[in-house]
Amino acid sequence: MNNLFVFCELDEGRPAEVSLELLTRGRALANTLDCRLEAVVLGNGIDGIEDQLFPYGVDVVHVADDPVLEHYRTMPYASVVAGIFKQEQPQIALMGATTTGRDLGPRVSSALHSGLTADCTSLEIGDHYVKKSDATYKNILYQIRPAFGGNIIATIINPDHRPQMATVREGVMKCEIVNKNYRGEVKRIDISEFIRPEDLAVEIIERHMEPRKVDIKSARIIVSGGYGMGSKENFALLYELASVLGGEVAASRAAVDAGFAGHERQVGQTGVTVRPKLYIACGISGQIQHTAGMNQSGKIIAINNDPMAPINSIADYVINGDVAEVIPRLIKHYKANAR
Amino acid sequence: MNGIKIVVLAKQVPDTRNVGPDAMKADGTVNRSVLPAIFNPEDLNALEQALRIKERYEGVTVTLLTMGPVRAAEIIREGLYRGADDGVLLTDRAFAGSDTLATSYALALAVRKLSPDLVIGGRQAIDGDTAQVGPQVAEKLGWPQVTYAEEMHFEGDRLIIRRRLERGVETVSAPLPLVVTVNGTAPACRYRNARLVMKYKYARTETELQAENADYIAAGRPLIKITEWGVDAIGADPDQLGLSGSPTKVKEIENVILQSKESKRLTSSDSDIESLVRELLENHTIG
Repeated sequence: MNNLFVFCELDEGRPAEVSLELLTRGRALANTLDCRLEAVVLGNGIDGIEDQLFPYGVDVVHVADDPVLEHYRTMPYASVVAGIFKQEQPQIALMGATTTGRDLGPRVSSALHSGLTADCTSLEIGDHYVKKSDATYKNILYQIRPAFGGNIIATIINPDHRPQMATVREGVMKCEIVNKNYRGEVKRIDISEFIRPEDLAVEIIERHMEPRKVDIKSARIIVSGGYGMGSKENFALLYELASVLGGEVAASRAAVDAGFAGHERQVGQTGVTVRPKLYIACGISGQIQHTAGMNQSGKIIAINNDPMAPINSIADYVINGDVAEVIPRLIKHYKANAR
Repeated sequence: MNGIKIVVLAKQVPDTRNVGPDAMKADGTVNRSVLPAIFNPEDLNALEQALRIKERYEGVTVTLLTMGPVRAAEIIREGLYRGADDGVLLTDRAFAGSDTLATSYALALAVRKLSPDLVIGGRQAIDGDTAQVGPQVAEKLGWPQVTYAEEMHFEGDRLIIRRRLERGVETVSAPLPLVVTVNGTAPACRYRNARLVMKYKYARTETELQAENADYIAAGRPLIKITEWGVDAIGADPDQLGLSGSPTKVKEIENVILQSKESKRLTSSDSDIESLVRELLENHTIG
């Protein structure tokens, strides 16, 4: 009882990346709290799914496997998840800040009258002292998230209600297997206990899902362009550099809004958070909205002709100059020097 | 669907999208006074969806519901200018400091009092970006929810809704009553209508009327009142509102100060670029 729960989302029958990231972080937090890590997974025909979760150090996997759970739908999923949480009384419940998690989380938190913090970028365990009542809350979850358009970082806590719930953004936490032979327990859920007929009122008529084509999140090198690139055509230079270095092309929100690149390449608060080994920011001024999504990069090179650009202050290398001049030189010298 | 009643949930928000360097005070708190208060963008997308249903079917009414300080009446007028039939402002000191759950509790009570068939709101507000209020209002009402809507129309008595998800689109069919949240990718809201601006320019809440010295009767203007409800009007339990009724608390707020690194400054000259490439190759950053 009072363990740490992660709702594991499935992506074409496999655990979603963000869910594995949460299990990884969840394992560490559960160790700090000296509690068990439990996963909840819903779907249809998902026999054996637990084998993909145990290696992350999961002690218990709750599996609900039923045709009505084939695709995510708010009501049946919320009823099952809230039902499990009511029985199991987790102290912490985490889910991905995906379109699914952001739909499910608030529904479940409202049903349980627990608080929910959206889009966290960091989770820590700590204490909280309340002066008024001279009381200290021990080992509670610090839910850390950007707020106010990314201009502030807020630490939210949920001292008096359980579970302490949070959705967490994809790509901000590491994903690491604890032990590939780790085995926990499987609990099969009888969904008839939780789902009412009216939960099935909303029907899915059609679904068109596209496979993820561009994957800037797992790129080791990112060549990113901003509004300062000037045009979609100028992005060709970035693709060339990315291809030579074996990286991916990304863009700032301003560049995406201007139509220079597709939304799937957007880095930042409203896009993807990345942490590549090398991030080359071309013609990017470095608004907080952007830097919040890339400031964890190993090395940052900023190329622009604005000595005062905010991006320069977080860059390891600042190249003052014209992108159209610098990139061909980078390519030339790389080709000449790389083995 | 003829004759249905729609409530649009809207919020007045500080415009966090274009914050300049003066948006943060020296102590790291937000300088709200320099940020203009605007109609939350996705709530405008929601209003447009409601107005489209109103145009397509007979006898549909659209009521704008907002919770906020007295000045939030501005967005109700903005909604009236664009075609809403009326508006309700939920305002009370007891609402101040409410988190999403307490806010949803109050909004759900107000919705219940208005007894609509359909509630439409924006996906999320740009000051918090939580996307929680829509689903939580739905849960409090015990109604189904459909989030991330882009387009909707009726087939018989069911609403057919296209949803925009991360990786594609999904079309669902849902019965009423229902809560729908609308994505920013949905069509933009129509502009103000000049005739409606003339009609509603002086629409006021009771509190605004008392604060203004303008004498409406003397000015010969018809008095249009915006409904104003407090805690008592919606029968709310004060313990479930405001800071004390909010499970989540803000422990700490930190201004985003990006750590300045020791940057190496280079020019675009061939020799500078070459030494950079060599350095990156040597420390295995590239190659």
